[in-house]
Amino acid sequence: MTEALAANALLYLDDVKVSFDGFKALKGLSLTIEPGEMRAIIGPNGAGKTTMMDCITGKTRPDEGEVLFEGGTIDLTRLDEATIAELGIGRKFQKPTVFESHTVEDNLYLALKSDRGPFATLFHRLSGTEAARIDELLATIKLTERRGDLAKNLSHGQKQWLEIGMLLAQEPKLLLVDEPVAGMTDAETMETAALLRRIHASGKSVVVVEHDMAFVRELGVKVTVLHEGGVLSEGSIDHVANDPRVIEVYLGR
Amino acid sequence: MITHFLMNGLDARVRIALVVIVAIAILVPASNLLLPPSSPFHVPTYLVTLFGKYATYAVLALALDLVWGYCGILSLGHGAFFALGGYAMGMYLMRQIGTRGVYGNPILPDFMVFLNWKELPWYWYGFDHFAFAMVMVVLVPGILAFVFGWFAFRSRVTGVYLSIITQALTYALLLAFFRNDMGFGGNNGLTDFKDIVGFNVQAQGTRASLFALSCLLVAAGLVLTAAIVNSKLGKVLIAIRDAESRTRFIGYRVATYKTFVFTVSAMLAGLAGALYVPQVGIINPSEFSPGNSIEAVIWVAVGGRGTLVGAIVGAVAVNWGKTWFTGVLPSFWLFALGGLFVLVTLFLPKGIVGTWSEWRAKRRAAPPADATPAPAE
Repeated sequence: MTEALAANALLYLDDVKVSFDGFKALKGLSLTIEPGEMRAIIGPNGAGKTTMMDCITGKTRPDEGEVLFEGGTIDLTRLDEATIAELGIGRKFQKPTVFESHTVEDNLYLALKSDRGPFATLFHRLSGTEAARIDELLATIKLTERRGDLAKNLSHGQKQWLEIGMLLAQEPKLLLVDEPVAGMTDAETMETAALLRRIHASGKSVVVVEHDMAFVRELGVKVTVLHEGGVLSEGSIDHVANDPRVIEVYLGR
Repeated sequence: MITHFLMNGLDARVRIALVVIVAIAILVPASNLLLPPSSPFHVPTYLVTLFGKYATYAVLALALDLVWGYCGILSLGHGAFFALGGYAMGMYLMRQIGTRGVYGNPILPDFMVFLNWKELPWYWYGFDHFAFAMVMVVLVPGILAFVFGWFAFRSRVTGVYLSIITQALTYALLLAFFRNDMGFGGNNGLTDFKDIVGFNVQAQGTRASLFALSCLLVAAGLVLTAAIVNSKLGKVLIAIRDAESRTRFIGYRVATYKTFVFTVSAMLAGLAGALYVPQVGIINPSEFSPGNSIEAVIWVAVGGRGTLVGAIVGAVAVNWGKTWFTGVLPSFWLFALGGLFVLVTLFLPKGIVGTWSEWRAKRRAAPPADATPAPAE
């Protein structure tokens, strides 16, 4: 049964347990993301959302459980961050992290899918295809006007978009997006939802971790609610919003 | 590919610096050798040697700026690589003494005869050949940096912890080289050199040539480091400096990049040390002292880290100041150096060259005063 589930899934987490100095961050988390699916993950602080991302991207090794990628063929718990990134999992951090002293363009240039070895990059020259791809990405994230500016001079929302653009430049199969609209204006939030829907429509799987309910509703996808290191509820936004357990721990109060 | 790579770094600032350095490399030795001492343009030999020494410091500063200014690795032990290159050159120079030593032993250097050693230790083999010694000048610091970097960077040691380990590295080498049993002359080090590739090291012509070579090494080091920092790899280094984990999550192996740049930097420092030794005439364990490495950090900070040309400017300026200051108030130099570091950190955080280019950029951005159209009458 589990084999069958894993074989069809792009990302498959089964009974993942992580603890830090006795604190159980994940208590048997199971989650399946289908190829081409967009999923929203919500949950109160300390529910284990970021730890889950750390397990998928190789930053944290689970104490127990399986984290499999691409139909169960790849065991992510054995690989380092760089290898996982090259396999096609892109991650956006909660706090926008871009290369502040590089231009917007160079941020994307560095993220473009290419040979990551030091000698390959030492002698690398920007090709026409790459330049065209950068132009395309700049248009997608609406930063064409700012291409020559240093990333540190961007607004908070623009940094978030640039970081999403850098994920796209890696040509990942799966994007993990941690709180993309934190600190954004309402207009920027809606713009970001549209951007993520466009990315999803282009055939990529996306996992969005978010607090903002209006934003999650705007995405209009299946929602997983995490609570105390496990899955509390799963389904459409209306389904989870009416689940009494969810109301008790998260929405109500 | 290589030509494009090397040309890639030559922006306006680097070009100007190269022209100046090459001009100095030609003009100073020419004035020293061709003009009579009475001429006002004659540069005395002691100054030629002094500035030759500064040039080797400038190369050390360039090496340090590459790792600190661009990759954020604050090495407080770069003097170790400089000293190792110096020792490799010193070993070659010792073997050139031959029978002219105090004890007249054709094989063993004086200090080994003095310690009653009967034969040359295995690690001294080959150092009678100049080419072999030159290979060792880059290989020994390179291998040490590679092994050190491999372990430190793979274990993700960063920031102040890394700085402390590099400091410990150079201190450990200092203690090791002090021991007579090591076979590097103990606390006296290696000295009394006679010849370098057949020329007397004391001769005016040799000194002028060593000066010119040191300047050319500065120029070559500048071309190399500028090419590295302007390549895509250089952009990755800056990315690592700015946001290390972001770099990792877009698929770059940070440890590999750090090890690469640390090794290149150590090799460059080794070359600098090799040209330093014949000019000062001695290499001893005090070159490993942590204070030397920290001074090198101050040169780079004063000149402007992450500017390359600034490292050269800083190394020459601070050392010139040191020569002058230790002549006037010898016991206060360390206070002056410490004070300089504090002042630069507070008031000139970008260093001389960094502040200069910022000022230039600002002036270019602001519309020039005389360009405003005159009001119509």
